[in-house]
Amino acid sequence: MSRIVIVGNGPAGHRLAELLRTRAPRAAVTVLGAEAEPAYNRVLLPSVISGKLSPEQTYLTGHDSGTVTVRRGAAVTGIDREQRTVRTADGLLHPYDELVLATGARCFLPPLPGLTGAGGGPADGVVALRTLADCRRLEDLLTRAGSVVVLGGGVLGLEVARALSDRGHGVDVVHMGPHVMERQLDAPAGKTLAGVLERLGIRIHTGRAAASWTGGRLVLDDGSGLPADLVVVSAGVQPNTELARAAGLSVGRGVVVDDHMRTSDPRIHALGDCAEHAGLVPGLIAPAWEQAETLAEALTGGHRPYTATRTVTRLKARGVDLAVIGDGNHALPGAEVVTLADPARGQYARLALQDERVVGAILLGFPSSVAAVSQLYDAGAPTPVDRLALLAGRAVAGRADAPGDLPDEAVVCRCNNVTKRALVAGWRGGARTPGALARATRASTGCGGCAGAVDGICTWLNATREAADEAGDALCADAVPAGEAHAASPAGAGEAFVPAAAPRQEEQPLHELLAR
Amino acid sequence: MTRTHCPYCALQCGTRLEVSPQGLTVSPDEDFPVNAGRLCMKGWTAPRVLSAPDRLTSPLMRQRPGAQQRPVPWETALDRVGAELRRIVSAHGPDAVAVFGGGGLTNEKAYTLGKFARVALGTSQIDYNGRFCMSSAAAAGSAAFGLDRGLPFPVTDLASAEVVLLAGANVAETMPPLMQHLAGADLIVVDPRRSATAEGAALHLSPAPGTDLALALGLLHVAVVDGHVDHGYVAQRTTGFDEAWRRAAEWWPERTERVTGVPVADQYAAVRMLAAAKRRYVLTGRGAEQHSKGTDTVSSYINLALALGMPGREGSGYGCLTGQGNGQGGREHGQKADQLPGYRRITDPAAREHVAGVWGVDPADLPGAGPSGYELLDSLGRPGGPRALLVFGSNPVVSAPAAGEITARLASLDLLVVADFVPSETARMADVVLPVTQWAEEDGTMTNLEGRVLRRRRAIDPPPGVRTDLWVLRELAGRLGQPAHRFPDDPGEVFAELRRASQGGAADYSGIEPRNLDDQAEPVHWPFPAGGSSTPRLFLERFAHEDGRARFRAVAHRDAAELPDGAYPLHATTGRVLAQYQSGAQTRRVPESVEADGEAFVEVHPDTARRSGLTAGGLARVVSRRGATVARVRTVASLRTDTVFLPFHFPDAGRANLITNPALDPVSRMPEFKVCSVRLEPLGSGAATGSGAL
Repeated sequence: MSRIVIVGNGPAGHRLAELLRTRAPRAAVTVLGAEAEPAYNRVLLPSVISGKLSPEQTYLTGHDSGTVTVRRGAAVTGIDREQRTVRTADGLLHPYDELVLATGARCFLPPLPGLTGAGGGPADGVVALRTLADCRRLEDLLTRAGSVVVLGGGVLGLEVARALSDRGHGVDVVHMGPHVMERQLDAPAGKTLAGVLERLGIRIHTGRAAASWTGGRLVLDDGSGLPADLVVVSAGVQPNTELARAAGLSVGRGVVVDDHMRTSDPRIHALGDCAEHAGLVPGLIAPAWEQAETLAEALTGGHRPYTATRTVTRLKARGVDLAVIGDGNHALPGAEVVTLADPARGQYARLALQDERVVGAILLGFPSSVAAVSQLYDAGAPTPVDRLALLAGRAVAGRADAPGDLPDEAVVCRCNNVTKRALVAGWRGGARTPGALARATRASTGCGGCAGAVDGICTWLNATREAADEAGDALCADAVPAGEAHAASPAGAGEAFVPAAAPRQEEQPLHELLAR
Repeated sequence: MTRTHCPYCALQCGTRLEVSPQGLTVSPDEDFPVNAGRLCMKGWTAPRVLSAPDRLTSPLMRQRPGAQQRPVPWETALDRVGAELRRIVSAHGPDAVAVFGGGGLTNEKAYTLGKFARVALGTSQIDYNGRFCMSSAAAAGSAAFGLDRGLPFPVTDLASAEVVLLAGANVAETMPPLMQHLAGADLIVVDPRRSATAEGAALHLSPAPGTDLALALGLLHVAVVDGHVDHGYVAQRTTGFDEAWRRAAEWWPERTERVTGVPVADQYAAVRMLAAAKRRYVLTGRGAEQHSKGTDTVSSYINLALALGMPGREGSGYGCLTGQGNGQGGREHGQKADQLPGYRRITDPAAREHVAGVWGVDPADLPGAGPSGYELLDSLGRPGGPRALLVFGSNPVVSAPAAGEITARLASLDLLVVADFVPSETARMADVVLPVTQWAEEDGTMTNLEGRVLRRRRAIDPPPGVRTDLWVLRELAGRLGQPAHRFPDDPGEVFAELRRASQGGAADYSGIEPRNLDDQAEPVHWPFPAGGSSTPRLFLERFAHEDGRARFRAVAHRDAAELPDGAYPLHATTGRVLAQYQSGAQTRRVPESVEADGEAFVEVHPDTARRSGLTAGGLARVVSRRGATVARVRTVASLRTDTVFLPFHFPDAGRANLITNPALDPVSRMPEFKVCSVRLEPLGSGAATGSGAL
């Protein structure tokens, strides 16, 4: 029986263990997690901060049974590659046939006066958000904090700022870059986003670094200061590579792995926030889960190389719709770039295409187009020709016809396949009320959805006759042409129920008649 | 004038039949509340099928494989079938004969067919086309509530709803008269296509085909994060919420959006609409159910409804919109592979004892559970598989997934017997065809989508030469050595026996007296135990599990069995059009239906059509790994660019099921009709890879 030891009980290690439980039923899987807490979903922490979820509601599905053993509060202190064992802080040795490093990352804490406390951790009143324990600490500190400053205007910093403002806290964000999220956004997008956040009660200070924190005041590099009872640090993360480094594995920014998540020791693998693949440490959950799939395959004799997942970054902040798809700043020569900007309303879109395929997009304030664009990007599928409709996010509806303009062949009652021509014929046959038309043609006797339209056509026919009578015509033969050659509705008209044409001003448009 | 019901869908609209010199005319029954005077094209034109020009009026027989079917006397046909069945059973054992039934058969026929298989043939090999219909919803409903009845409330309850979520149900086309009950509600329609129903919805969610489960999990996630969970209800009336939440916790809105293509804002809007309404319903249809994860998808919608506190409360709830006319009754009375009458499990010793007692046989002689519909069809003629098949009320040549392979399986049989009233595509393959009565020519009972038992009434005599299915089964049973009294052909007698057989089962009909089904009687909804009364609304006090609680099911999303790739870059999804019904065997014989939609077509986004070299109105080959089908191109601007749609009603080279994927749901054994991967080719280019080439 093969022994697989996974170091780390975060989302990456958890997912791998879950996959192995079903795919490698004969392997003995041991998960060693440093935290005392059950595995939880880090992505949901902003919802914990905003009070929408309890910490326990972020717990992932338990699988400490059968072939999987989860040891919590078991920090690994060393790897012996010769003996193929790992040692935990309690002194126990855990032998392995395959070892997986899923050690994750930790927050970077800038070495500034006042921010660090004894032992190098954050000082009292400072939180670097990474774990559920950090969230609990933040919760505790918030009860006595009036003013909050978030250090760092990247994705996580802005999500935390928004979660806090959602709870009614005024929040300042101090960001060193020229605009927020400059790794993902171009300048117009960053500025528009700052405007959106300001309207939600978040003050953004860009181009500024913190210098020190003392006495409830954060001093910035230009000497100015902000009241700050509480400082939340979101200045990036560092992969946890110490174990790998000490064991002599190849380490760059993260533990270096190949396309099958193998490190420089073929019996040791790494994935998630601690792993560096093709020079990149993605630091997102989607690639981590993707890597877990790859590694589960590799450990069970399969072959499914990891190809750096296409990234879609979504800011999880209530009232802000921002997505960065692929390389938002993409500016290769030959790319087709479509932009739309309405900064006053918080809207900015930038769509970069090559060979009709999305290579990058920034979508701010376009909530209904993100889904379509990101799916086209993920599938590598060609985009629709109408780029603006794609950005608008909804197919633009054709304009509806007035009864007089409706072609004779137009199907008014779909349930009984009754055309306008048939209704006119019924009316000519003496059916002058909607009820009589229904009896004569069966129109409106199915779902009833066309009752308004039948009513409208009946009214129009009766009115046309009155007009004709007034004009002295014996019968409204001219006004109600039957059998006149109208262009047949194009193929696909079964869907476009009412063919498009400009309605006459004086007549009620049919779409109003059709409306329930 | 005769009051009866439309022969088609599970609404079973009330109709009034008048015999006039011009023939039979039908009009909608104003007094039957389900349709209340409404009827769609299919119902209005149903009499056309009675006098279809190619109506079967004599048994047909093929003397040897490959020969023409020729009319023969009944005695000749029945003797041949009886003799061959006896030969096959004695040479290969009873499981060498299989039976395939249908969800359009009356309760009496479905009951007798199951009994015939288990008693006269002694075979375990029986299933029916309901497996392709609502089996996923049945499995999920039973798991959640302890009982599966399509709608656990009268359909008219929907009329007072403020909000209704329709997951994969295009009722404006498939059940038009139902729309009157939804007219007052804001509809949330979940459908990859902008269907006729979606067109009129307050909110249309358009997930990529095969991602409905992720969407439903995402909606539960939003319900929790947005604070809409009815905690009191969850605590008092359910179990298993925490485990279900742990699965839904993985589906935060942004991830759900990326996988499904449904905007985050729309996810919130949908949940808020449901949460804000007092009277609200979640209803599923085939779009959610016909997947290799259909059971889990339905469970995840039920989870959402449970979290919001909907099921088991008057004025709100969850329901499945059953499809076929007797889809409900058809699954209750013993033509399903694992069930005995009364919705009993064939593996339950007490159930076997009870039913064997009613049938007058030894419980030990009843066979066990057999394979599911697709597995049964796929095993025909293979080593160890059945060598003979009797088909009643089904047309699998058109309606089964991977229809090319299933057609080959049928062709490999020693004996194929089909009872039908028109020469369906399956009947045309048969060695023996037995002409039987249809709706207006027969008596019996049907159970509609709300568990309401209805009487089908005979208005006219069948054409000479046509017999009832019950008569056919009695005659065959006699030739297999059964006493005549064991297989009555009087529907009233069969119903009386069915009541006894169902007594004490989940679907208990034992208290239903024939007079309960009279015109003026109160509606009859099962369970209706002897000495008890009708149950229009289930679960108001308790759910049917022993502890009285509904169960959340912890379900996880997984991909469709087949995903688009370079060779097959598009999703294909299949469905229905208003003018046609199921395999089209009936409605393709109705001129009005043919005029409305008479040939196979494929809906394609205009950009996708252009990129594939297709033109609107031209022909396309739609090619999958299973085969290819030919269809006329309709460009539809509202369609997703990655998805094409084909209705499955059409025959021969236009069968949509030539391309569908028979990947099965592990619980319900439902095939994945709703998503497979295809490529498009203009007709004439590319090499044929399947049986669909013209």
